[in-house]
Amino acid sequence: MQTIESGGTYTNGHSGDGTEKSTWATKKGLAQMLKGGVIMDVVTPDQAKLAEEAGAVAVMALERVPSDIRKEGGVARMSPPELVAAIKESVSIPVMAKARIGHFVEAQVLEALDIDYIDESEVLTPADDRYHIEKHAFKIPFVCGAKDLGEALRRIGEGAAMIRSKGEPGTGNIVEAVHHLREITDSIRRIQHAPREELMSIAKELGAPYEIVREVAAAGALPVVLFCAGGVATPADAALVMQLGAEGVFVGSGIFKSSDPFKTARAIVQATTNFRDAALIAEVSKGLGDPMKGIELSTIPAAGLMAQRGW
Amino acid sequence: MLIGVLALQGAFIEHERTLARLGVATREVRQRKHLDGLDGLIIPGGESTTIGKLLDILEMTEPVRALGRAGLPIWGTCAGMILLASDVGRPQTVLGLLDIVVRRNAFGAQLDSFETALPVPALGPDPFRAVFIRAPLIERLGPGVTPLATLEDGTIVAAERDNILATSFHPELTGDPRFHEYFLAKVAAARATAPEREALPRP
Repeated sequence: MQTIESGGTYTNGHSGDGTEKSTWATKKGLAQMLKGGVIMDVVTPDQAKLAEEAGAVAVMALERVPSDIRKEGGVARMSPPELVAAIKESVSIPVMAKARIGHFVEAQVLEALDIDYIDESEVLTPADDRYHIEKHAFKIPFVCGAKDLGEALRRIGEGAAMIRSKGEPGTGNIVEAVHHLREITDSIRRIQHAPREELMSIAKELGAPYEIVREVAAAGALPVVLFCAGGVATPADAALVMQLGAEGVFVGSGIFKSSDPFKTARAIVQATTNFRDAALIAEVSKGLGDPMKGIELSTIPAAGLMAQRGW
Repeated sequence: MLIGVLALQGAFIEHERTLARLGVATREVRQRKHLDGLDGLIIPGGESTTIGKLLDILEMTEPVRALGRAGLPIWGTCAGMILLASDVGRPQTVLGLLDIVVRRNAFGAQLDSFETALPVPALGPDPFRAVFIRAPLIERLGPGVTPLATLEDGTIVAAERDNILATSFHPELTGDPRFHEYFLAKVAAARATAPEREALPRP
């Protein structure tokens, strides 16, 4: 059986002397190196430096954080190249940037900027109402959002080397993040214990590639790293999703919309590392000031729900 | 034998799984108290700035440094190698347990990450499948530090001195256990010299 794990299949950087660039192992491997860490949204080089100083494992270079995109409306697109380049210059940690769902030319531009990871993200306005980017065609690795296991496995089938549960971006409300994370982990448990003859029907129900369903059943885990995103605003939020099975955390608006971004960022980093130590989480949660205000989900009109974007 | 894997951030589970396949007990080291009673310590790949900051915040930098100086076998992979180095050419926390000058992200950004068949004479004639991810390289070896592997262009990517081992690539990602076995042999040798082990400071 040729699986996605076997490497080589998706290799596109062979140089002929036994050295290969941009292999599946290096794409997936970078996400493995980010595990247990916090990836922070930043909109300026100064914010990127603050995030690095606070212990972020990577930064997401954006023009506006999700809560501002939500507030200001309009079409949200890839960030300007000069902003992405300036943020890349300002830090030594990996830099990610977002492309619109299906906008493979924005992805080509980001790849040309030589950043480290692309997020094909529902936070931006989708560019294609039917298809996501064919991610295997790129040398640069991709992370994609998912609300459930089927969506996660479709994205992996297209070449995503990292998955993040979607949550509801820019709300500071953790409820959807928990919901999506549990959807993914519960389904993994179900197929892990399913008899082999059920896997084809499960693949059909999930709308997911059969070979990857079999891989998940055998491993009891996604074949790539699973982070959590969309609503993390406090150290306790971060520790909650880590205890629920996330391997790391994306924090968007939660840091730079809090009253003390540096302390909040550093506290979330510490709570992500020692996510089972309640006394430590209590200690780092002291004196942070106000977290971002947050939005109750039922007050958001259906058209404003970002997590529903993507298919 | 109990091997600690520094689990502040990064690919620590991959090291634990490789060691488990070799039948070795492991402990995730997330706080000072977890350093107690270890026979060896692995510092995994991850982000060296993040791990360094967490070592400082959790007041673990000095205890780990003291254990290394007292002879505890310590192996750093990628970010772990950066943390073991004496000089990384920029202001960030390092342990300074191995006299090497390291350059971070030496091969470039993610698009320059690569895999290669790396000759490692100490592991036998078969080359080692080495995965380099935003990898550091060793620019200079201090006196007494032995190179273990070099790329075709002469770049040094693995080195050791006494109880300290450093690789700029990720043996925990490829399933080949030979580098872990090599480290475990160091641990076994250190255990055999019991008086030294008695002298390890209690964190």
